[in-house]
Amino acid sequence: MTDATTFVAPLDAGSVDMTAPFGGGGTLPNPVTTASGCAGYGRELAKFQPLAELGSITTRTITPQPRSGRATPRMAETPSGLLNGIGLPGVGIGHFVENELSWLAERGARVVVSIAGERVDEFAECAQQLSNSPAVVGLEVNLACPDADNQGLAFAGNPATAHDVIQAVREVADPALPVYAKLSPDVASITDIAKACVRAGADGLSMINTPLGMVIDTDTLRPRLSTTTGGLSGPAIRPVAVRCVYEVHAAMRAGEITTVPITGMGGIRTGLDALEFVLAGASGVAVGTAVFHDPGAPLRVLAELREALAARGFAKLTDAVGHAHP
Amino acid sequence: MAHPLQRQAEIVELSPVGAYHRLVLRAEGIAERVLPGHVVAVAVGGPDSSTLMRRAFFVHRADPDEQTLEIVFSEQGRGTRELADVRVGGTLDIVAPLGNAFPVPNGPVSALLVAGGHGSVPLFGLADLIRDQGGSVGFILGAPDAGRLFGVDRAKELTPDVLVTTEDGSYGIRGHVTLPLAEAMKAIGAGVVYASGPLPVLRAVSETATSLDVRCFTAVEETMACGVGICGVGTCMACVLPVVGDDGVSRFARSCVEGPCFDGSRVRWDDIGTVPPDVEGAAAMDLSATGAY
Repeated sequence: MTDATTFVAPLDAGSVDMTAPFGGGGTLPNPVTTASGCAGYGRELAKFQPLAELGSITTRTITPQPRSGRATPRMAETPSGLLNGIGLPGVGIGHFVENELSWLAERGARVVVSIAGERVDEFAECAQQLSNSPAVVGLEVNLACPDADNQGLAFAGNPATAHDVIQAVREVADPALPVYAKLSPDVASITDIAKACVRAGADGLSMINTPLGMVIDTDTLRPRLSTTTGGLSGPAIRPVAVRCVYEVHAAMRAGEITTVPITGMGGIRTGLDALEFVLAGASGVAVGTAVFHDPGAPLRVLAELREALAARGFAKLTDAVGHAHP
Repeated sequence: MAHPLQRQAEIVELSPVGAYHRLVLRAEGIAERVLPGHVVAVAVGGPDSSTLMRRAFFVHRADPDEQTLEIVFSEQGRGTRELADVRVGGTLDIVAPLGNAFPVPNGPVSALLVAGGHGSVPLFGLADLIRDQGGSVGFILGAPDAGRLFGVDRAKELTPDVLVTTEDGSYGIRGHVTLPLAEAMKAIGAGVVYASGPLPVLRAVSETATSLDVRCFTAVEETMACGVGICGVGTCMACVLPVVGDDGVSRFARSCVEGPCFDGSRVRWDDIGTVPPDVEGAAAMDLSATGAY
């Protein structure tokens, strides 16, 4: 008679090695970061936890010029999720480097800077300005922006446009900084996009950005957001995100894509949620929308993930990465 | 802004007050930090809740001796319906105090306090503060009907200068809360006006006070607390409205961080819900695009 349950000797949580592989051959002290757009530039979150204890903090997407963001209403609550059309408000790369990065550096934070633009050269401009910046440990390229030279279609939607952005960023970015491509799930094959990004020089992948959604107000009979559609986040999208990470990691195991670290995100609220992403193939995990419910969530998720790994007998985080694959 | 704390607050009391619910919470170290106009953000439904956004409420009373905070809310949606159902003895995850409180002059002043509906919630603590400084207060409290007024008796305990308006005429003067505004300001020689409640009330009060050259402070509720919910942290950027800064430049300001109390003459009331072309960063926006960008 066989028993489906695997029996393991639980370990002491404190003994689990949480060192997380990070793009370009480096490591971070632990796998937890914040999902871009949910942690601002860190100032608000720092009131609830020491930023230096996170593996890294991923900042709100920054663009060359300041952006006001979109008109209100910018957000709608959905079952176990949020729909947002915030519009990437930001102070612009110059102000960011001068004021926000130095503040983060003083707190000992390791910063992954999310960058974007409407043209390939705007991404590159941001990357260039982040060379030799204090506290920055990596770049995350937000490919979900509309491509002004391609009818406003998202860079992330097409292997060729995603490739061009990543290549341009990799060319000008500080060689010491790993470049992560942030992928959208609204594509026919996320592995095709992942492959194009890695071929263009991406040192890691962030998965997933928000899928597009829509809410219609049944009283006003109009779309709830000023932007009509918006990005859906929160636990509602977690199964989609886990599937994407699993598929891309499977393609890496099969040798179809060069293996690079994956940061998994999409509805992570607890350590067990994070563990799902790790088992699917992520060696980093980002906490996003959960921060709006519990501002202390990132460090709590780290502690819970550590416990969950220990309870399952994993001595190292890396032993669990991709463990769900046959 | 205040430095907010996150606490598991004990639910001490939940009771009906007119059309509203009064909720008393006990949490260590928060009450002594709360000033009139500060906000508490409440997580609804526990750690597994499918309702992700915190609900933000003005603090009605903060008692540092008892370590309690009191809020008053109306059932307007999923979140507040759940809150109306909580059990005394249970806990709620709260973040408080949030935002910037009402600025108060550090000397005697005659202040007119204007509220729509239960927008009056933060005004009684404010009245106490103004009276403690040797000042005096008058109230105009308005609501759609008598049932949705809040705090009329409390106001009458504090001052004989209380006007009440209802839109259906079921109590006091029939009409909007702003109807007797200019007259009331003159009658008590108001040196400052404070307003709290729905946006149309705040806008009308700001216009009248500004036209009479009287300072006016407004506490925005609708962008934040009307069941829309906010992160209560300042990172979600959903609760913004266009506000003119000290440097004359308009920016989107967050109700939960830079607000909820704004100088009424600085808020661009007519432009709420739009991206004014001169607001900082508007030039970079492609406003024809849909989606999250």
